[in-house]
Amino acid sequence: MLTFKNVSKVYEGGTKAVNNLNLEINKGEFIVFIGPSGCGKTTTMKMVNRLIDISDGEILIEGENIRNKDVVELRRSIGYVIQQIGLFPHMTIAENIALVPKLLKWPEKKRYERAKELLKLVNMDPEYLDRYPNELSGGQQQRIGVLRALAANPPLILMDEPFGALDPITKDNLQDEFKNLQQNLGKTIVFVTHDMDEAIKLADRIVIMRSGEIVQVGTPDEILRNPANEFVENFLGKHRLIGQRENLQTVEQIMYSDPSTITENETLSEAIKIMKDRRVDSLLVVDEENVLKGIIDLEMIDKNKRKNVTISQVMDTSFYTVKQHVLLRDTVHKILRNDMRYAPVVDEDNHLLGIITRASIVSIVYDSIWGDDSNTVLSV
Amino acid sequence: MQTLTELWNYYAQNYTYVWEEFYKHFLMSAYGVLFAAIIAIPLGILIARYGKLSKWVISITNVIQTIPALAMLAVLMLVLGLGANTVIASLFLYSLLPIIRNTYTGILGVDKSLIDSGRGMGMTKFQLLRMVELPLALSVIMAGLRTALVVAISIATIGAFIGGGGLGSIIIRGTNVADGTAIILAGAIPTAVMAVAADLIMGWLEKRLMPGRKQKKSQPRTA
Repeated sequence: MLTFKNVSKVYEGGTKAVNNLNLEINKGEFIVFIGPSGCGKTTTMKMVNRLIDISDGEILIEGENIRNKDVVELRRSIGYVIQQIGLFPHMTIAENIALVPKLLKWPEKKRYERAKELLKLVNMDPEYLDRYPNELSGGQQQRIGVLRALAANPPLILMDEPFGALDPITKDNLQDEFKNLQQNLGKTIVFVTHDMDEAIKLADRIVIMRSGEIVQVGTPDEILRNPANEFVENFLGKHRLIGQRENLQTVEQIMYSDPSTITENETLSEAIKIMKDRRVDSLLVVDEENVLKGIIDLEMIDKNKRKNVTISQVMDTSFYTVKQHVLLRDTVHKILRNDMRYAPVVDEDNHLLGIITRASIVSIVYDSIWGDDSNTVLSV
Repeated sequence: MQTLTELWNYYAQNYTYVWEEFYKHFLMSAYGVLFAAIIAIPLGILIARYGKLSKWVISITNVIQTIPALAMLAVLMLVLGLGANTVIASLFLYSLLPIIRNTYTGILGVDKSLIDSGRGMGMTKFQLLRMVELPLALSVIMAGLRTALVVAISIATIGAFIGGGGLGSIIIRGTNVADGTAIILAGAIPTAVMAVAADLIMGWLEKRLMPGRKQKKSQPRTA
């Protein structure tokens, strides 16, 4: 779908930003360019929609050289999202979303309908359509920024660190949302970032660049398992290589499979009793079929101790779970970053299978550090 | 007290004349600014595009601004003769600087990331100007027009010396008679009122044209 053939970019004054780059990107693929600043990743991306001119070589879209296309037409046929979001403050959300359709001279009614339809994709209320960008939060604005790129339904979308300026939680949500959206819509994405977590999470293939050249191309797994050289290893960081041991891949393998549970119709005093017996301060609440319903801890019981209520009335139902087949590295990171003490492990139908605690993570980290000293960490 | 009575009498006897001069005064100022805007706004856009020109254009208009009003009128009178047209020509010249400079600043002040995203979405240069740069620079350009109009109203007063008419002619008449305080005031007060009113109205327009009209706070939109 997108082909780079011996592409180079030399700026005035002789600085070589991109040097003889070759890459083939397939349709529907999510490609992430990553590297330290000044490595040429943004330049590479901007050459695709000719915001930056190519010095040498050629870029082909569906086999057609982009140099032979009208530059304005070309850009209208490629979605573009930037870090600064770049919504126009004097246009409503609807006008912002449907800007490319407007340039393509769609009738006004169709444009509005399209904006409405897209807003639904990210679960935002249609009442936002007639608001102005500065009434929205940063996360909402970037959702609109992404929708704007999708408006004319381009097969290819370029994204320049789109989530870079958002807070970690918004960023996490947006990444999940966007990855889903991309898979459903089958778009080809060229994504530039300097955030390795983001790259691993989103990419089908990661392109690691340094001083204008590609160092390694591969799926996140390939790169984590076989970093091409020391540069890639350092760039990945030691902590990400944890959990890359072949026999320690999924959550299921390290979870504790006999967590303390209680059924939802029990009383609070029963809960206290189980806590005391098992020496824990929180319990997972399940129904008769072992489906996870909620979490209850000492504090919640304490607050409600004088009332005659059942567990199901006081339990906390908003909690984070991990699916059994999720890769360990994703989970470890989430637990550590979000400062969680534990995470229940469930199967596809939400049946409780076990629990992952900080203690279980400590033991893997310990293993890997111990293993590293004797140079066996990645070869188990 | 006596002056006030005299002033009142003057208005009572000459209200049609004062109104005519008021109207003429306003038209001269407005035409001067309008013609200036027609030249200066495109010029401002041009120098925002080609940075090298900006130094020259702004220096030249700066020099024009430093010429004393009376001297300017006298010199133009030698070329264009007496009358309102000469006054309008000089107001035109005085209005160039504020309008050019504000257009230039306004266009350059548009957030670079907006230009980048506009270009990336496939806007032509003209579309970028019409749909992004001009709307966003409009309130700054209006501020330039506002300054120009207020200055024009005050300079138009001197236009009476070269037969341009306007409220200035009432003031000059007052200076030519013995004890003409009331007549001077009869010309000066409407001039001041016009200038203040123009300032307020243009200020209101400027606010209306601020991008994102419904905005509650004008904070930058970065996340």
